[in-house]
Amino acid sequence: MNNKFLKNVVFTLVVLTSLFGCTKKDNEILIGEYGALTGNDASFGQSTNKGIRMAFDEYNSTGGIKGKQLKLISYDDQGKPEEAAAVVKRLITQDKVVAILGEVASSRSLAAAGIAQQYKVPMISPASTNPKVTQVGDYIFRSCFIDPFQGKVGAKFAFDNLKLKKATVLRDIKNDYSVGLADVFVEEYKKLGGEILSDMSYQAGDVDFKAQLTEMKSKNPEVIFIPGYYTEVGLIARQARELGIKAILLGGDGWDGDKLSEIGKDAINGQYYSNHYTTESTDPLVQEFIGKFKTKYKETPDAMAALGYDTARILAEAIQRAESLGSDKIRNEIAKTKDFVGVTGKITLNEFRNAEKGAVIVQVDNEKRKFITTVNP
Amino acid sequence: MQDVLQHLINGISYGSIYALIALGYTMVYGILQMINFAHAEVYMMGSYASFYAAKWLGIENSPGLSTLAILLLTSMISCSILSLAIERFAYRPLRKAPKINSLITAIGVSLLLQFLAQLFFGAQPRAFPTVLENQTLWTFGEVALKTSDVTVFGVSILAMLGLHYLIYHTKTGQAMRAVSANPTSASLMGINVNRTIAATFVVGSSLAGVGSVLVGMRYPKIDPLMGMMIGLKAFVAAVLGGIGSTMGAVLGGLIMGVSEEFVAGYLSSTLRDAIAFGLLIGILLLKPTGLFGRATSEKV
Repeated sequence: MNNKFLKNVVFTLVVLTSLFGCTKKDNEILIGEYGALTGNDASFGQSTNKGIRMAFDEYNSTGGIKGKQLKLISYDDQGKPEEAAAVVKRLITQDKVVAILGEVASSRSLAAAGIAQQYKVPMISPASTNPKVTQVGDYIFRSCFIDPFQGKVGAKFAFDNLKLKKATVLRDIKNDYSVGLADVFVEEYKKLGGEILSDMSYQAGDVDFKAQLTEMKSKNPEVIFIPGYYTEVGLIARQARELGIKAILLGGDGWDGDKLSEIGKDAINGQYYSNHYTTESTDPLVQEFIGKFKTKYKETPDAMAALGYDTARILAEAIQRAESLGSDKIRNEIAKTKDFVGVTGKITLNEFRNAEKGAVIVQVDNEKRKFITTVNP
Repeated sequence: MQDVLQHLINGISYGSIYALIALGYTMVYGILQMINFAHAEVYMMGSYASFYAAKWLGIENSPGLSTLAILLLTSMISCSILSLAIERFAYRPLRKAPKINSLITAIGVSLLLQFLAQLFFGAQPRAFPTVLENQTLWTFGEVALKTSDVTVFGVSILAMLGLHYLIYHTKTGQAMRAVSANPTSASLMGINVNRTIAATFVVGSSLAGVGSVLVGMRYPKIDPLMGMMIGLKAFVAAVLGGIGSTMGAVLGGLIMGVSEEFVAGYLSSTLRDAIAFGLLIGILLLKPTGLFGRATSEKV
């Protein structure tokens, strides 16, 4: 290899780095976000994104953090785990973000968490409830409760509050969230003395659930636990009623999307799910958040929007407290989050980097979600 | 026993939708020896066309037979126009080229339509309008026969009978069969080959249009990628029945629908797709031409 060739290579590299490396401005703090802005559960990603942007806009309008503006770089992972991994790598290596927010779905958070951990960039998931997510490493946090808790809440509510003793489970077999939640529910429900008559599965993207439901109907359950996402749940509810199943349907926070009622129509009315927050809360902080969100986006914030908002604020506060913008410094400050007053409740991150907070049970009433009860850990 | 009957009703109702879409694959294959992968996307576009038509006409919440008729008509017309355009601009220029070229073009058109739909309609699933009031027509113990099941089956049968009449009792049908047998001789006999092929596309995609409304009625969730899986299954149904044979496509669709239903009900839903493709492999091993595909048979 001759000298001239080397010189050319070095020159090209210098030009390239100066072209791509100089996008960052000094008065900005870059924060990455990845989520499903398109795809089957796009409502999760879009709501979270709205919540995060609102939080950052609020900080920026009052002078930003450490005198710098918070700049959000959002990428769409199309609801695919492999895409989530790719965009997070891009956020870290190309955009050089100091921290990452995302994802809602546990499968996607799991796919990306390994990369964030490898590069030691802190990541906070606003809504991934599968326990495995934060077990990936000490740079991965979440600002929501975890499935063992949510599953217990569901089982307790069905058994104690609704007094239903016979259940069947319909889980999304391809989804870490759904499988995890279903497992805990089954275990907890049996422990309480309930009976699981059958445990069946479907796959996200299916439209026909009549085979499973026909099978369940022959067992005559009182409650059907469906820890799935809102698009499928809407269809399941309709088909269950078409087959004449009268059991109560119960689910988790995956139900929380505007399409739930739009697809499920009357069939989904009166059914229950556990969630992170309720718009019917009388807490002035929550009402103020709802008011601001409505003026900004002309819609009522769902739980994902509220979690996105809280998560963005937890991160911003941590950056404010950190002595520098080093990823390790920010990580340590996130870990110290204690009694943070958010719209989804008072948040304390425990030693496993999970949030400890209560869950609410809501009942579907057309577009509205009626508040039923709060369950604390 | 009762749930067996219920499973059978569910399976036949779903299978007849497979059959409708499978017919489109089989007809185009019969006449062009080409697998039209864009067919599944034509089907998807049909459901969006009827979705927007219902919105525009304000009939999204007024179920009834007239709504069903209007939506069926809109979907059929828009599917026909779209597939005519695809045939004219993507496939016709390649008709003299090797078959693999048009196959790859078909995949390209399919992807193009998927992503255009995501761009223009959004990737979010939409709720399809209520087409018919879903009532229980007949109960036998625990078994319920619903309006939707009967409508799906009834409309499918009507469409298939119409197709049969068209192919075997009209001039156009005769031309289709002639072109399918031998396009060169057909053109020597004074048959307008281009027009006949276009007619085949129109008929095939109209059936997909019918299918899209029926699916929307039973499973009121539509999204830009909805064609992928159902298209693949319908294609399997067409091959299962013997691609090129209309009778085979119908039977293949019904076999697929019923067997999937029983597998998901009694074994596990994870095996649902496996059984579909397992059936395909099994049939191809035993009878490579499919159930009704005979080398000498008339193909349309």
